[in-house]
Order: sequence, then C-alpha cells, then structure tokens
Amino acid sequence: MTFLGAISQLLAITAALLLAPLLMGWVNQWRAWMQNRSAPSLLQPYRMLHKLFHKESVVAEHATPLFRVVPYIVFGAMTLACGIVPTLSTELPLAPAADAIALVGLFALARVFISLAAMDIGTSFGTLGARREMLIGFLAEPALLMVLFTASLISTSTSLTTIVETLAHRELAIYPSLAFAGVAFTMVSLAENARVPVDNPTTHLELTMIHEALILEYSGRHLALIEWAASLKLFAYSCIGLALFFPWGVAEAQSPLALLLALPVLVIKLAIGGIVLALLETINAKMRIFRVPEFLATAFLLAVIGMLVRILLGG
Amino acid sequence: MYALYATLGIPLFGALLQAAVGHRSFAREINVALSAATFLAACVLTERIVTQGPQFAWDQAFFIDPLNVFLVTLTAFVGLTTAIFSRPYMAIEAEHGKMTPPRLRLYHSMYQLFNCTMLLALTTNNMGLLWVAMEAATLATVLLVSVYRTAASLEAAWKYFILCGVGIAQALFGTVLLFMAAEKVLGAEGGALLWTNLDAVKTQLDPAIITLAFAFLFIGYGTKVGLVPLHNWLPDAHAEGPTPVSAVLSGLLLNVALYALLRCKVLTDGALQTPLASRLMMGFGLLSVLTAAFFLLRQKDVKRMFAYSSIEHMGLMTFAFGVGGPVANFAGLLHMTVHSLIKSAIFFAVGHATQRAGTQIMADIRGLMKASPLLGWSMMLGALAILGMPPFGVFASEFLILTTAMREQPWATPFLLLALGVAFGAVFMRVQEMVFGSTNLPAGGTAHTAPAHLPVYAHLGLGLMLGIYIPPYLDAWYRQAAAMMGG
Amino acid sequence: MQGMFGQLINLFASVLLLLSFAMLAQRRVVTLIDLFMLQGATLVAATTVVGVVTHQPHLYLSAALTLLLKVALIPWLLHRVIRQLNVRWDVETLINIPTTLLLGIVLVIFAFNLALPISQLSSSVARGTLGIALAGVLLSFLMMITRSKAVSQVIGFLSMENCLFFAATSATYGMPLVVELGIALDVLVGILILGVFMFQLRERFDSLDIRHIEKLKED
Repeated sequence: MTFLGAISQLLAITAALLLAPLLMGWVNQWRAWMQNRSAPSLLQPYRMLHKLFHKESVVAEHATPLFRVVPYIVFGAMTLACGIVPTLSTELPLAPAADAIALVGLFALARVFISLAAMDIGTSFGTLGARREMLIGFLAEPALLMVLFTASLISTSTSLTTIVETLAHRELAIYPSLAFAGVAFTMVSLAENARVPVDNPTTHLELTMIHEALILEYSGRHLALIEWAASLKLFAYSCIGLALFFPWGVAEAQSPLALLLALPVLVIKLAIGGIVLALLETINAKMRIFRVPEFLATAFLLAVIGMLVRILLGG
Repeated sequence: MYALYATLGIPLFGALLQAAVGHRSFAREINVALSAATFLAACVLTERIVTQGPQFAWDQAFFIDPLNVFLVTLTAFVGLTTAIFSRPYMAIEAEHGKMTPPRLRLYHSMYQLFNCTMLLALTTNNMGLLWVAMEAATLATVLLVSVYRTAASLEAAWKYFILCGVGIAQALFGTVLLFMAAEKVLGAEGGALLWTNLDAVKTQLDPAIITLAFAFLFIGYGTKVGLVPLHNWLPDAHAEGPTPVSAVLSGLLLNVALYALLRCKVLTDGALQTPLASRLMMGFGLLSVLTAAFFLLRQKDVKRMFAYSSIEHMGLMTFAFGVGGPVANFAGLLHMTVHSLIKSAIFFAVGHATQRAGTQIMADIRGLMKASPLLGWSMMLGALAILGMPPFGVFASEFLILTTAMREQPWATPFLLLALGVAFGAVFMRVQEMVFGSTNLPAGGTAHTAPAHLPVYAHLGLGLMLGIYIPPYLDAWYRQAAAMMGG
Repeated sequence: MQGMFGQLINLFASVLLLLSFAMLAQRRVVTLIDLFMLQGATLVAATTVVGVVTHQPHLYLSAALTLLLKVALIPWLLHRVIRQLNVRWDVETLINIPTTLLLGIVLVIFAFNLALPISQLSSSVARGTLGIALAGVLLSFLMMITRSKAVSQVIGFLSMENCLFFAATSATYGMPLVVELGIALDVLVGILILGVFMFQLRERFDSLDIRHIEKLKED
C-alpha cells in the first residue's frame, strides 16, 4: 500500500461520510423547489443528525441485542461500500478486497440485518416493512448484478476499479449496451434508495411506506446512524452510477494534483445527479406496491438486453 | 411466350372486370368464360413447353419447366370446372339470400384474382415473388372465405389470416436467409433470388445458412400446406367459406404451397448433402397423415371432414416427396393431380348436397341416392375414389407411395397403413349413411339437373382414367419432373 | 466513419429490440400504435444509414416506402379504426407482464444463439443485427399469442413484418426492389382487409376480444 493510496482511500471515505448528508439535503432542496414548496436548508440533514445524536435512545422492552447492533452493522456496511466504490481515485487499497459482486453482497447484508431488526420487536409495521423490503431487494439485486456484469463484460473484469479505468479510457463511442444498463441502473437505484416511484422517503402512511416502516422503532443515536447510512447508500449508488456511466475525472495516476482535481469534479457531478434525481421524483407518481415487481422486472429486462446486445453486437 | 402472358393476364384482367360488373346477372357466365380463356392459354403454354422444353420469359422473371407447367394446367383446369360449378351454385345461393350483389361482385373478382396469384406463384422464377404471390393468394382467399359475413365465417377468416399471415412471415425470413446465402455466391446484382440461378449454384450455398433458411421456409409454406401442427386454419376455412372456395382451396392452394416447398427442398438438398429436408418432410408428412386420420373419426360437419381428408392427403404427398427418388416423386406428383381432381369433385358434390339439405351436419343429410341418384352416385364414387379404391387414380398413387415406403423407409409403413385404414373406416361409414337409406331431403330443386353435375363427373372420369391409363406424354412429363426433383 | 455508422446501426437495432419489449408490456391500445410508429421510424433510420454506408440507392427507396407506409399511412389508418370503433382507450388485461418479459428474454437468447453463426457469414455492415431482427420476429409472435384484442394482434403482425424488413436489411442490403414493392403492397392490402374485418367482427360479436370469438373448435 502506497502512502498516496492510503491518503486517497482515507479521503474517499471521509468525503463520503461528510458529503452524503449534504447530497441528501441538496436533493430535498431541489425537490422542494420543483414542487413549489419553500425548501429546507441545505444543511438540514446535518442538523437532524446532530439533534438525534444528542437524544436519548429508547429501546423496546423485548428487544434482543440484535436490535442494538444492527445500526452499527448497517452503518459499517455502507461506509465500506463507499470505500470500495472508486469515487475520487482508482488507486484504492481497499478495492482488491471486494469486487462488484461483493458490493452487491454488502448492500444485501445491510438489508438482511435491518429487516431482522425490524421483525425483532414484533410490531406489525416492522414485519410489513421487512416483507416489502425483501420483495424489492430480491427483485432489484439481480438487476443490479446484470448492470454490473454488462460493465464487467466491457472491461473483462469484475473489479470496480478496473471497470472504471477501462470505461474512462474508452474512445467516445455509442454503447447501446451501456445506455440500457444506465436506464436499468437508474430504476434499480430508485427502488433501492426508497425514492419516489417505489417508495416515498417522506411519508409515514402505513399503506405505502417501506423504508420508514422498517426503522419506525429506532430513536436517538440508533436512528441517526441509520439515517446516515441511508444517505451513504444514496451517495454510494450515485457514485457507482457516475463511475460506470460518466467515469471522466476520476484520478488514476498517483499524483496528488489529480486527486485534488477529482474532488471538485465529483461534487459537480453529484450536484447534477441530485438535480436529476429530484426531477425524476417530481415528475413520477408513486406506484402501487403491486406494480413494483413489474417496474423492477423491466429494470432487469433492460439490464439483460444491455448484456445481450453487448455480447451480440460488441457495442 | 404470349401464352404465358395470356395465362397470367386474363385472370388479372378478369379480376378488374369483375370488380366492375361482378354483381350483374351475366357475371357468372363471364366468370366461366374468363376461366375457359385462362385454361386455353395454359393449354397452349403446356403444348409449347412439351415440344420445346423449359423456357424463360420476361428476362428470366418467369421460368416454366415440366414441374410447374403441369401444375399450371391443373390449376387452370380446376379453376375452369369450379367456375362452371359455381355458376348454378351461386345462383341458388343468391336466391336463398346468402349472396347479395355486392358479395357476388367481391366473390367473382376475388375468384379471378386468386387464380391469378396461384398462376403467378407457379410460374415466377423469383423466390421473393413466389412469397408475394402466396401472401396475395392468402389475402384473396381470406376475402372469399368471409364472403357470407356470418359469425362463423368471419371467425374462420380471421383465424386463417392470422395463422397463415404469421406462418408465411416465417417463410419470408427463410427467403431473406436464402437470398443472403445466394448473394455470397452470385453477388448482389446477379439475380440472387432467381430460382434457376440458385439451382445452378446450389452446391456452393453455405450449409449453415441454408439449414436455417429451410427450417423457416418449411414452417412458412408448411402452414399453407396444412401440415400438422400448423393445420388449425384449414378445416375452419374449408367449412365456413362457400363450397366453390373449399374446392379451390383443397384442389389448388394446398398444391401450390407444396410446390413452393418442393422448390425449396431441391435447393436445400443440393446445398446440404444431408437428408435434413427429406427427414423433416417425411416426419411432418407422416404426423399429418396420422393426426388427420384420427380427427376424421370425430367430424360431424361434412365439409370439415373432407378438409381433414385434405390434410391427410397433403401429408401423404409431403411424405412421398420426402422419401424422394424417381418412383416416390412420380407417385407424389400423380397423387397431387388425382387428389386435386377428386377432392374438388367431392366438394362439388358436397355443395349440391348441402344446398339441397340446407345444412352441413352429416347426421341431418340422409338418403341422397333416393333424393337424386346423380348426386348420390357422385358422392359415393367421390368418397370411394378419395379413399383409394381401385380403379381410381388415388389407388395407383397410394399403392406406389406405400410400396416405395416399404422398400425405402420400412418403419413408416405400419403408420401409413393404420392411418389409411382409419381414414377409410371413418369416411366410408359417414358417406354410406348419407347416401343410402330413406331420404329426409325435400323433393325437387333446380340445380340438380344433369348439367349441374357435369364438373363432378368430368373430374371423377379423369381420376378414373389416371388410375387405369396414364397417357404417354403425361407419363414422360411426370418422369421429367420427378427426375428434376431428385432426392 | 465506417465505425461510426456501424455504431449507429447497432444503436437503432437496440432501440428496435427495446421497442419490441415495450410493445410486449404495453397495455394501452393507443400507445401500442405509437410504439409501432416509432418502430417504423427506427427502421427507416436504420435503412437510411445502411444506404448511406453502402451507396445502395434502392435502400433509400425502401426507406421512403417504409416511411410512407409504416410511419404515416398504417398508423393513421389504425388510429382512425380505433377511433371509429371506440376502443381508443381500451386497456388490455394482460396477466403477469414480468413472466411474459422473462419469456421474451429467453426468446431473445434463443434467437441470438440461432443467428450468431450465421451473422458471421453476412456481407452487410449491419450483420450483427440479424440476431436482433430474429429476436424481434419472435417477440412479435409472443405478443400475438398473449394478446386477445384484435387490434393488438394486428399490431403484433405488423411489428413482425417490420422486423422481417430489418432482417432483410441486416442480412443483405435489402431484398430486390420488385420483391419489396410486392411485400409492401401485400401488407397494405392486408391491413385494409383486417381493418374492414374489425368492423364486421364488432358487428357480429359485439366485441373485439378474440376470446369471445372461439366457436369453431374441435369437440
């Protein structure tokens, strides 16, 4: 492990931890503007985290130790996920530890634990949320894997850093396969991050909520960790999307200068991505939960078409 | 080649003419006259081919050889007799109010157009145009089948269109692949879809492409031949359309589809050097014979029953051509001829009977012999002929097919014998019930005078003649065509 | 430049495949017609590009014919028909779209496998797309099987025709002109007949649902 490698790894994780709530705030702000509402402050997520960390954490009487451990596991998994996605540099010492498949596994791990915790208390809302979450997860994961495989086919490697390096170096050409994969990835991201057509992050309506139902019993620092993890997940997904489909600007050479340049580029890309996400959430209506399998099947289909097109046309 | 242009031009002109005057009372006579003129032109054409050998026309766009010229004559002949049959038939249908003047106009116009597309499909040298003509024939017959506008006929026509449309689309894909294979040898400008050019270079065509192409062509044209399991449209279309249409569907359209398949088989055999095409044709032919024979057992509608009999016979021909070799090909061609003649004769007879009885349900038709001996005999003789009783031609061709099968493909013989036995039992029992015994039909009827039965007995007579004596020029002609198909 | 055009053709082919899937999953009749129109437009674009690359003037003619027929005339006719039949806002009750789509994927894989050895032998710049054309044909076929409304079946039939044209372009440089003209004529006449049929079916059965029109069956 080179010194610079360690630096860039550290920088990547720090940036993720710090920028993730900001991204959340940015999306919320834009969404409010687009919907003609007065927007909350950009720093609102930080304030909320601060407030929650200073509150007492109330735990249900019948909770097992699992309930207390899960927020840390989820937070850890998401931090690690942000660590292995090449956000700033492809020179990441942690990256060889996990490839694209392991990344999907990390997300799945977090999902399983949070569902277990939701069922742990035994309230009906928790069970309902867990069931819906698993339904979405088991449909979304194959689609996400297919997207990553399409990218892997182009670079003939499942290592995320290699994929980004290859994609960043490709000549400017039309890749229909990547276009399909991109659309599929967007759809999967919306579902995975509990965004609008699938779930509404701001609602607590029992008929429709998925993510909120899972974490209904959490409070205080536990809730803070889970909220932070959720924003980290959004950050990680955004970065995967940017890395796969808009990989320009990620530092490759071992130069501190490139690394310094990569940070503002990332921020700009994320800012644009956030606006697009807010736009998508504004123009789409939330769909019935029974339509979600169709939505995700379409995503899976698109990803598979992308892969097939890649195999047949080499495009 | 004016004879060829006349053969194709007269029905085309006829279609336009009938579109203008088809509803008039003399349109039925015009229909007969047009068909007679077409038949005359076809005879002249045949005479020229017989004396001068295979010929091109219009800069290779048309190609007439022994294989298709005999089908051209047959088509024109059955076209003529069906027109003669439909003249009194349609008059009665109009009396019954089933045919209104606009429907008659549509019927006459489409009848001529259908003849035109059949003849075009037979004479064209271009595999693409062959497809276009087959599709056009489908369109014309769809309109003919639906001409009564009853719920059942509309349903039959819709099913026919969708199934055959989809089926024949597969043939277009096969044609595209064929073109692709040919283009590599002949070049894009070299008339790569002309059958004669393809035939000349067939050994150089890429086997991989041709294999796939034949698979698609087989599905496509096989649907039109009525091979099981793609036969669903056939009984409906036969049963619900007017009887003259059933006669030309069975007598002509199925033959032409089989002809298209044969043209493709010749190319495939040349390119592949493996018996793929033969095996496919034998397998599906045999399947059709067997399935149709067992379906014959449970039919209640007389036209449906004979439609299934057509499937059975088309399967038998496909099997014969699949076996290949001079004898089986000869037998297949002979069977094609006699089946066309006899089956259309049967439909003529059925037409008279159903018109008389006012129903197509066999249980309600009793004692034809008592009601009208001419009708009873035509029905009985037709059924005996199609079931392969000597001395009719079907016996000769079926005997040849069976003996060749015993020699070349012994495994198939028991299946064939079983199917023929079942078919015999099923059809004979039904027809016997319809013909003999006391009658339940109303007495009298204008159409059942002797002249109305002329087409039936003409066909039966020809079928009988072919069973006893094949004229030497016809024999030579079959031999040439059979040799050309190889196998 | 050649590479650029090759990519464009691949792009159009992919769009064609995507549209086939979209049609498979689309419930609304009126949207189905729009999708069909888009498919025709994609076909026109692909044919034109192949024409530009290969300098085959008859491909322009073929493209113009497709534009006239499949993008303008037939969609217009279909819109007219559904307006007059008052089925414009009909929604088809499709059961289990995800399963149908998965079945579609299996078909695509099958088609690709079938076409892969053959497309290598093609001389056209668009050879890789033969598999997609075949996949489109099979998907249209699947669509016709899963639909029960007459209008949707007809659109499936037309979409199959589109894919066959695309196959002709991708396997070779299009069929000879006389054949293409003949096919176009057949399609046009066919659609007119089907249009008339729909009115008559409606009159006889009070429905355009094929499931209500199944009296002729073997007992």
